[in-house]
Amino acid sequence: MNKTLTALLAATVLAGPAFAEGAKIGFVTTLTTGAAVIGNDTKNAVDLAIAHLGGMAGDTPLEVIFADDGFSPETGKQVTDKLVKQDDVDFVAGYLWSNVLLASRKSVVDADKFLISANAGPSQIAGVLCHENFFSTSWQNNQTPMAMGEVLNQLGVNSLYIMAPNYAAGKDMVAGVESTFDGEVLGTDLTKWGADAQLDFSAELAKARASGAEGLFIFYPGAASGAFFRQYDQLGMKDDLPVYSVFSVDALSLPRFQDAGFNAVMGSQFTQAWDPTLDNPANAKFVADYIETYGSYPSFYAAQAYDSINLIASAVAAVGGDMDDKDGLRAALEAADYESVRGDYTYGNNHFPIQNFYLREVVEDEEGRWTTKVVSTVFENHQDSFASQCKLP
Amino acid sequence: MDYALLLVQTLNGVQLGLLLFLVASGLTLVFGILDFVNLAHGALYMLGAFICAWLTLALGNFLIAMVIAVPVTAGAGYLIERTVARPLYARDHLDQVLATFGLILVIDTMVHLVFGPEGIAVPLPAWLNGQLDFGANVILPTYRLLIIGFGILTAFGLFWMVTYTKIGMLIRAGASNRTMVSALGIDIQTLFAFVFALGAALAGLAGMLISPITEASIGMGNNIIITAFVVIIVGGIGSMKGAFIGAMLIGLIDTLGRSFLDTIFALFMSPAAAETSAPAISAMLIYIIMAAVLAVRPQGLFPPKAR
Amino acid sequence: MNRKTITGIVLLGLLAVLPPIFIATGNAFYVDLTTRLVILAIAATSLNLVLGYGGLVSFGHAAFVGIGAYAVGIPAYHGIYGGGELIASFNGFYHIALAVILSALFALITGAICLRTKGVYFIMITMAFAQMVYYLFISLETYGADDGLVIDLRSELPLVNLDKPLQMYYFAFVSLLAALLIVRTIVRSRFGMVLQGAKGNPERMVTLGYNIYLYRLAAYVISGAMAGYAGALLGNFTTFISPDMMDWHRSGELMFMIILGGAATTLGPLMGSAAFIVVEEILSHYTVYWHLPFGLMLIAIVLFARGGVMGIITGKDKS
Repeated sequence: MNKTLTALLAATVLAGPAFAEGAKIGFVTTLTTGAAVIGNDTKNAVDLAIAHLGGMAGDTPLEVIFADDGFSPETGKQVTDKLVKQDDVDFVAGYLWSNVLLASRKSVVDADKFLISANAGPSQIAGVLCHENFFSTSWQNNQTPMAMGEVLNQLGVNSLYIMAPNYAAGKDMVAGVESTFDGEVLGTDLTKWGADAQLDFSAELAKARASGAEGLFIFYPGAASGAFFRQYDQLGMKDDLPVYSVFSVDALSLPRFQDAGFNAVMGSQFTQAWDPTLDNPANAKFVADYIETYGSYPSFYAAQAYDSINLIASAVAAVGGDMDDKDGLRAALEAADYESVRGDYTYGNNHFPIQNFYLREVVEDEEGRWTTKVVSTVFENHQDSFASQCKLP
Repeated sequence: MDYALLLVQTLNGVQLGLLLFLVASGLTLVFGILDFVNLAHGALYMLGAFICAWLTLALGNFLIAMVIAVPVTAGAGYLIERTVARPLYARDHLDQVLATFGLILVIDTMVHLVFGPEGIAVPLPAWLNGQLDFGANVILPTYRLLIIGFGILTAFGLFWMVTYTKIGMLIRAGASNRTMVSALGIDIQTLFAFVFALGAALAGLAGMLISPITEASIGMGNNIIITAFVVIIVGGIGSMKGAFIGAMLIGLIDTLGRSFLDTIFALFMSPAAAETSAPAISAMLIYIIMAAVLAVRPQGLFPPKAR
Repeated sequence: MNRKTITGIVLLGLLAVLPPIFIATGNAFYVDLTTRLVILAIAATSLNLVLGYGGLVSFGHAAFVGIGAYAVGIPAYHGIYGGGELIASFNGFYHIALAVILSALFALITGAICLRTKGVYFIMITMAFAQMVYYLFISLETYGADDGLVIDLRSELPLVNLDKPLQMYYFAFVSLLAALLIVRTIVRSRFGMVLQGAKGNPERMVTLGYNIYLYRLAAYVISGAMAGYAGALLGNFTTFISPDMMDWHRSGELMFMIILGGAATTLGPLMGSAAFIVVEEILSHYTVYWHLPFGLMLIAIVLFARGGVMGIITGKDKS
């Protein structure tokens, strides 16, 4: 036995860090559980970004190590620790879930690495917990629902019922829509989230209907949106309680809705910082190549993951591959000098993008696939409301 | 008080209760007769849902898919009985818990690898996809009513089988006195295999029934298995009546808790605090009930007469 | 001394010397891994007292670990962010005392109810109480609810600085040695004899005039307190405390570690947690679908290797 154990430990020691030339990126996403469908999409986008870059940032080779957070903050923190301590990556990117990002943040910034969120944007990290080494290529959670609240005001919706998952982002989404919506919120239900998320919404939908609200605001990312829309449809609520969503209808759910013949989603509108039809060369190339490679439209998760790699590559190239030049890297990241698929943007003091938010609508493309197009611009160069709480200059 | 809402939520609770009963009845049979703790019962629930969902997309008809998927799931149950469960009958519960815990990991990952992580949305025939309006704001999805009808039918079928058929007699006898059944010259192994497969079919059926609502998804079994255990512990292991009453109790408490607890809480705490704490407290409710029942009756509400 | 004991002592020796070597060779992550291993071994050792020696299959031990972790997290949270002046503190002795006392209290109250039941009812009611605590912490909005609690500062103790990985490690390691010693002493005492006797033949112990309910309750409380202590260490180690720590899967993993290493042996839980951590680390290195081989291994061990993995490796002497 002792031989076996020593051999095992020795093997793990020998398999330790290999000091490769170049820049190492750890990418934390969800590769198991039902949420892996989102994680795989971001992984595809990262692979595509690396392929477009030819695996190089300037003259420096890029290496990406993927890690699975198992849809759980605890596991997410553990794999982050490993990326930082064992793989000695220079950047830790990814993070679909706000609670995973919040749990992992300290491990990355304490080790003086760069933390790049490609999706999660919890209010805490935009405000009191902001850090000079943190950057986002997505948005702050509250912004997208704030845009939706604005749209609801324009549509003349007077009262709202709200449903969202009970975790960090869900609470931010609720706060976001409440901050801009002028009408009355008649009720809010927060449901269990995570690997054992609640998927039967019978009790909540019955309450929403009985509340007499004029609209139903929801935030159900990933697989939960399918379950939600199905039950909403089965209750025949489309006419008396129209749904207004954020992050619930995306390129991952639309093909499934189409397969299941769920026509109620056609024409539905939601807000977002990106859309496949945004007119810029980087986006055109990204969307076309993504469809060619993977056979479906990229989701916004994919777009943000693609951006995160390109942002990192721009910074690595700017310092000529000198990974010890932290100040140089930070300055280059702050400049956001790369071809973002959402078009050019700048960073606020808390390193969240100052960017446009659009109203999107579900349409059918010329090949009959369900996708989205931009209806209007709701916010121009919008900065999140937590930036003022961030002590960074 | 909104009576229409109360009625709708009660029916939602009944529907959840019947679904729980389907899962719990299989569990209580296996547990009561085979004295086997099957944590992987929930994995069979998921397996049934995925098989049926896949067949629905392949055949284009949900009901036909269900007719085929039930025996297929029973077959999977039989296979598990032969390979994993049978050697463990003589062991203690701890070994059974651990082996079936391993089985959950295996089945969950296999389903991920075979069907992909995204789960399967199950399309329903149009006549099932609508809703029935009873007036006075009482509107229910046709399909949920179908689950209620189906659940009641299955419950009656099971009661009839256990009470009036020969196999039911053996099952009842087996639950209370195993050696007597063997003494009667019945092949106990065949009886056990049958019961295990029956339990798998019932769990699979429940999974199939819920999948047009929540979709077939990985890990769906892990959500329900613990609740199903609570049901049979509350009801008394091996008791069909106990499983039914326990399931109804838990289904109603869970649904009504989710519906009204935040309103009640808002009476004495801030609405924001009520919104977050109410769902968790209503999730706690079923465990509180269970602990209370066991504190008073350590063998559940309807313990089998002799063990 | 049989081969199994020798194996265990060799493992302890390795644990005593390896971490500085990991640091020296630039493998700081493995210090984390061994720290986690040692803390889980304390929790598994505590469970072994009731499960292995007492025959009481507790399926809710993760709750004690969680209570212990929150006993560190909540005072630290108030220390950092204000509020709760009565409990805010960074004092390590206070944290540990709170962890031990609260988990012992929880064990006393729930144990008094659980021990009235037998067999599988006991398995399930211990799990039910753990689930209650799990959902209780999910409902505590102030302390992060489902998202968990990140504490930026660790417990303050004289002589050791838990922010230093090696000091954290050796603090846990010494705690493990103490835990092993405590369980060994208990098991060899008259109290331990009664506890073990009640496992094999409760009627006989009753006839001999022992109130086995009280003996079992005492063992359950000691075990809960030790698991709470392990939780306090875990909270300090990860600086992230979440209800996930109390999920029933975690209780299952603790049971698995004991079975893996061999129940009712002093060093079994330690060997089990070592095997668990090493296997998990190796499998997850090769595939994100490591649950599949892991699950198969779990089934195979239960089916074919009743003395646990260590039973296979060390050959004949199954206990």
